[in-house]
Amino acid sequence: MSKYTEEELKKELETKEYEYGFYTDIESETFPVGLNEDIVRAISKKKNEPEWMTEWRLEAFRAWEQMIEPEWANVHYEKPDFQAISYYSAPKKKDKYESLDEVDPELLETFKKLGISIDEQKKLAGVAVDIVMDSVSVATTFKKTLAEKGIIFCSISEAIQEHPELVRQYIGSVVPQKDNFYAALNSAVFSDGSFCYIPKGVRCPMELSTYFRINQAGTGQFERTLVVADEGSYVSYLEGCTAPSRDENQLHAAVVELIALDNAEIKYSTVQNWFPGNKEGKGGVYNFVTKRGLCEKNAKISWTQVETGSAVTWKYPSCILRGDNSVGEFYSIAVTNNFQQADTGTKMIHLGNNTKSTIISKGISAGRSQNSYRGLVQVSSRAENARNFSQCDSLLMGNNCGAHTFPYIESKNSSAKIEHEATTSKIGEDQVFYCNQRGIPTEKAIALIVNGFSKEVLNKLPMEFAVEAQKLLEISLEGSVG
Amino acid sequence: MLVIKNLHASVEDKEILKGINLEVKAGEVHAIMGPNGAGKSTLSSVIAGREDYEVTEGEILLEGEDLTELAPEERAHKGVFLSFQYPIEIPGVSVTNFMKTAINETRKAKGLEEMPANEMLKMIREKSELLEIDRKFLSRSLNEGFSGGEKKRNEIFQMAMLEPKLAILDETDSGLDIDALRIVANGVNKLKSEENAVVVITHYQRLLDYIVPDFVHVLHDGKIVKTGGKELALELEEKGYDWIKNEN
Repeated sequence: MSKYTEEELKKELETKEYEYGFYTDIESETFPVGLNEDIVRAISKKKNEPEWMTEWRLEAFRAWEQMIEPEWANVHYEKPDFQAISYYSAPKKKDKYESLDEVDPELLETFKKLGISIDEQKKLAGVAVDIVMDSVSVATTFKKTLAEKGIIFCSISEAIQEHPELVRQYIGSVVPQKDNFYAALNSAVFSDGSFCYIPKGVRCPMELSTYFRINQAGTGQFERTLVVADEGSYVSYLEGCTAPSRDENQLHAAVVELIALDNAEIKYSTVQNWFPGNKEGKGGVYNFVTKRGLCEKNAKISWTQVETGSAVTWKYPSCILRGDNSVGEFYSIAVTNNFQQADTGTKMIHLGNNTKSTIISKGISAGRSQNSYRGLVQVSSRAENARNFSQCDSLLMGNNCGAHTFPYIESKNSSAKIEHEATTSKIGEDQVFYCNQRGIPTEKAIALIVNGFSKEVLNKLPMEFAVEAQKLLEISLEGSVG
Repeated sequence: MLVIKNLHASVEDKEILKGINLEVKAGEVHAIMGPNGAGKSTLSSVIAGREDYEVTEGEILLEGEDLTELAPEERAHKGVFLSFQYPIEIPGVSVTNFMKTAINETRKAKGLEEMPANEMLKMIREKSELLEIDRKFLSRSLNEGFSGGEKKRNEIFQMAMLEPKLAILDETDSGLDIDALRIVANGVNKLKSEENAVVVITHYQRLLDYIVPDFVHVLHDGKIVKTGGKELALELEEKGYDWIKNEN
């Protein structure tokens, strides 16, 4: 009789290996390791940036030099040596491509392995894909359709050249250079990223999608994303990530800024699947990300994230609800396995009257991983009738993992209504046997139970992303059960 | 259909089943009755292949094939269905999605393609009509917040969808009022055929007013101590289980 015990479940979960562990050999141009003012200037020059941008970077660098890496998160790791990292790497072929035929075939092969062939993506439900591979955009599609509506969707480097007034006005307006250690580092050395501007009253007709990927060994990746939704506009923005296996730890410190002006709405969805390290806990990506959105009057920002990768995750997509009646939402699934550590959550800062926020967080822990939710709900003294609802659910597999919840609530206005609910459960042998008895093997049963647990959040993802996310959950948790 | 020969099974080295012999032919309904602790639920769990139970001796044959070495899902694929005494909740998984997964996994095990969506829909429609189940019910999370009656009806709906050869109903009457009991029993009766067999495990006689057995077996201390027709159930009801205990 094939038996199924906690012990075996644990073993099965631990034998899962990273699926996307391969390495693409594309000629790259990489800067010498180390960081100083000259390197910052060189990056800026390489990208042919205007003087104000160079100065902005230098300001950030000088601030960063004075800062100390934060230690308050519930994660333990060997601190990266910031002088041992190369801060710029770009595929050598620097020309922009007019069509896919001009793109390096090996690069296309990489995308195929990831299951995101650009061709398919083009056809799929009208998704425009701006792909970032080792920091430089290599393909942008659907630009024309977007341009007709006045929508700007391009790499941030291009935006600095073509729309300097917009970039200058908004960059750093939500996440200032000195916001935190990693944000300052990013501000100084960001290599590329995406820029999106939706003009007044325009509803973006398609999901905007960007794929990020770390490719060069030992290269940090510092992406910068800036999304501006002008008054009364709407945009749904998707970001997905995978990375090849690496032995040394890779650092990723991105900054994402969202600005929703009066009556605008931004939906921002991420699926993150970076290399989490092997089953001994070796290797894996360090992911220290600052994501924040600003809501003006009647504006709305929704963050939806599915986090399955990275060795260490430090990430709190947040909303500053500055305008009256503005709405912030955070929907998150975080999966940790083996030795992964995640400290993730959100901050909802209520400044305007009648502001509302919703937080739904689903944490799934397996192996020896540690999964922490950290959330702050802050209501300022001026914010009348603020409302918040938070729900944090944790699902545990086996006896060696941990789930932690750190909710912080700071309310300075007595009219605020704040609710917090939390549950912790374990996948039961009873549940698995029930599924088995109906003919569903253990591997599939776990996937089914996990998907059910995550459903509220999966439902918030755009259709094509939800399918991908569901697959990722299965890969992350039940890869080689059997 | 089902032949059990000299079945011994234990939990944590404590022997619960002490030599069960039972033969159930296609088209028959058997009832297994007995006092608490006689081993009724152990018997159903052992047939379904629950891993907490160790078979120390004997055989369980389904259409001549020994099941004792098979995983629970493999037994399910071969046509064994267990209606749980306490159906398990799986939050966020709808009844429909659960059934779709169960049917397709069974088909996969048999080397068949997934069931086309329209065929699945048709089947769901037919079976839910047969059992008078409100379609809205099928979109709810599996057993989550279900009443006792809804849970048991859901078990019978799953039985209808999976079309098992051998259905074991473990204490299906527990926690049901008389109306719910009637609905569930009617469902079972509609699903009964010459090709399948039903084993009803129950403590009380009242379920057998609705699902009429061809044979009644009395289980006591891990053994079948008495076998008879449906009148045996009535006699038990009248005399109580002490009658059996005293005789043995």
